Amino acid sequence: MRIEVKDLSFTYSPDTPFQKQALSGVNLQIEEGDFLGILGHMGSGKSTFILHLNGLIKLQSGEIDVFDVKLVPDKKNKQDLRKLRGTVGMVFQYPEYQLFEDTVEKDVAFGPKNLGLSDAEVASRVERAIRLVGLDYEDVRTRAPFELSGGQKRRVAIAGIIAMQPRVLVLDEPTAGLDPYGKEQILELITKLKRECSPTVIVISHDVDEITRFADRIVVFNDGKVAFDLPMNELFRHSEELTAMGLEIPRAVAIADKLRARGIDLGDVVNADDLVRAVVRKFGHGNMDETAISKLSASQFDFSAEYGGTAAGGDR
Amino acid sequence: MRDVTFGQYYPTNSVIHRLDPRAKLIFMLLYMVIIFFVASYCGYALVALFLLTVTAIAKVPVKTLFRSVKAILVLMIFTAIINIFFYKKGEVLVDWWIIEITVGGIDFAIKMALRISLLVMGTSLLSFTTTAVELTDAIESLLKPLSYIKVPVHDIALIMSIALRFIPGLMEETDKIMMAQKARGAEIDTGGLIKKIKAMLPVLIPLFVSAIRRADELADALDARCYNASKHRTKMKVLKFSAKDAIAALVVVVFATLILLDNYLLGGLDRYIVDFVKGLTA
Repeated sequence: MRIEVKDLSFTYSPDTPFQKQALSGVNLQIEEGDFLGILGHMGSGKSTFILHLNGLIKLQSGEIDVFDVKLVPDKKNKQDLRKLRGTVGMVFQYPEYQLFEDTVEKDVAFGPKNLGLSDAEVASRVERAIRLVGLDYEDVRTRAPFELSGGQKRRVAIAGIIAMQPRVLVLDEPTAGLDPYGKEQILELITKLKRECSPTVIVISHDVDEITRFADRIVVFNDGKVAFDLPMNELFRHSEELTAMGLEIPRAVAIADKLRARGIDLGDVVNADDLVRAVVRKFGHGNMDETAISKLSASQFDFSAEYGGTAAGGDR
Repeated sequence: MRDVTFGQYYPTNSVIHRLDPRAKLIFMLLYMVIIFFVASYCGYALVALFLLTVTAIAKVPVKTLFRSVKAILVLMIFTAIINIFFYKKGEVLVDWWIIEITVGGIDFAIKMALRISLLVMGTSLLSFTTTAVELTDAIESLLKPLSYIKVPVHDIALIMSIALRFIPGLMEETDKIMMAQKARGAEIDTGGLIKKIKAMLPVLIPLFVSAIRRADELADALDARCYNASKHRTKMKVLKFSAKDAIAALVVVVFATLILLDNYLLGGLDRYIVDFVKGLTA
């Protein structure tokens, strides 16, 4: 089971002065179980790409195969779209703005109901989803979504997608507009959801420090094309090209790059934890063996404040 | 949503685009009034010719212009049907049960459809060639005399420009919310009328919530900058009536005169053409 995208091209408002080519000849395979990060600056085509995965944009040219649901241009099969939307769950940017029902329970039930499930099945999925996102089901089920806090609303919105039990979970900037603590919680939630609900996760983010903490593989979009498609640890060997595309590189990579320029090579470093381990490995005391080193994490050290928010252990 | 071209600027930077928006607005009003004075098919041909010429000069594709008619096609067909069945004049063509179709009815239905479509195409052309900001500036400037009798012209203009400014944002928001709900399996474009209306609720409620939130934020932003509509505000772009506007005005006046002449002096040119053709065949 996999997602396969072949020769995907897309143009917005064709044949008008507003014409804009968003994607040109994109090829990509996403395997079940992938934890994929998508990077790219505004207008690079990353959002257009993920909309295709859910059949939300009519295919113009190319071919998409999502877990055996096939999409080809100019053919619209309603049954297939429903199946597709049950397979791929989309969490859009600021998903809390799509809440509309008068109780949390009803809102979360909207998706599974649309899938045509029985009432009992819907109710059990709703309860499970609300608990999974870390909300108190008994307390929250009959409350209006609008009276919850920002972070809670976002959890409810995510629960609304999770309740459809998608095999692929796509999240577009899931931490946008949250404070560092809220961000940390959402990131933990995503890891948990991958483990317990949707084994394939695709996250769009422009915060590289964030994306490097969990993704196994990164796809970089630039100018409507796939510029890089690499395992995380290899991607930042190309830090100069990434900078030229207007992308930031993780702070840990920047530090490692600077050290390398001074003749200290730490090898592949992606995030703060890697950096700590690499430094200890290189300069650390001889009494630490590899298993001990691999258990080190940046949050154990008290330089988190200088290093920046991402290395901080959140609430600790 | 994207198919509604009404109110969408089409940038080509032509002469028509660069005309004084006040002049364009007045031409528009004159055009709308004049359309109701058209008495003959020749007159409609002249209006269409005028419209197409302006469109060509403005470098707006005719296709785009026609698309604006598509939005009101249902209305046009509806009026045409009503006219065919209920306007009775002249020779009876069909007389069956309670239905009676006359030559006059068909004639009137066609003229009405022409009138509506030309009206819509004309107004769309104005919005293709004039930005919303230019339009509100023009309205403000034209309504200026009313400020002497204490009409808050500037406030009205501000309200209008904010409203216009919000439309594209709301359209985009609608698109986003629709996609989000479709991703949750909502079927928005299918089913009967009642089902469709019910299906719009998950879109409309978040849309209203967000519109109110935006309005609140905008009001706060205006307050925070001590915005007020004092007399001493100056404009970044001052409107100027120039030679090209005068030439355009001349063209429009000639056009209007021709239509009026056709109506009042000749009583519709069609009659003469029909007589002439009859004379040839006889």
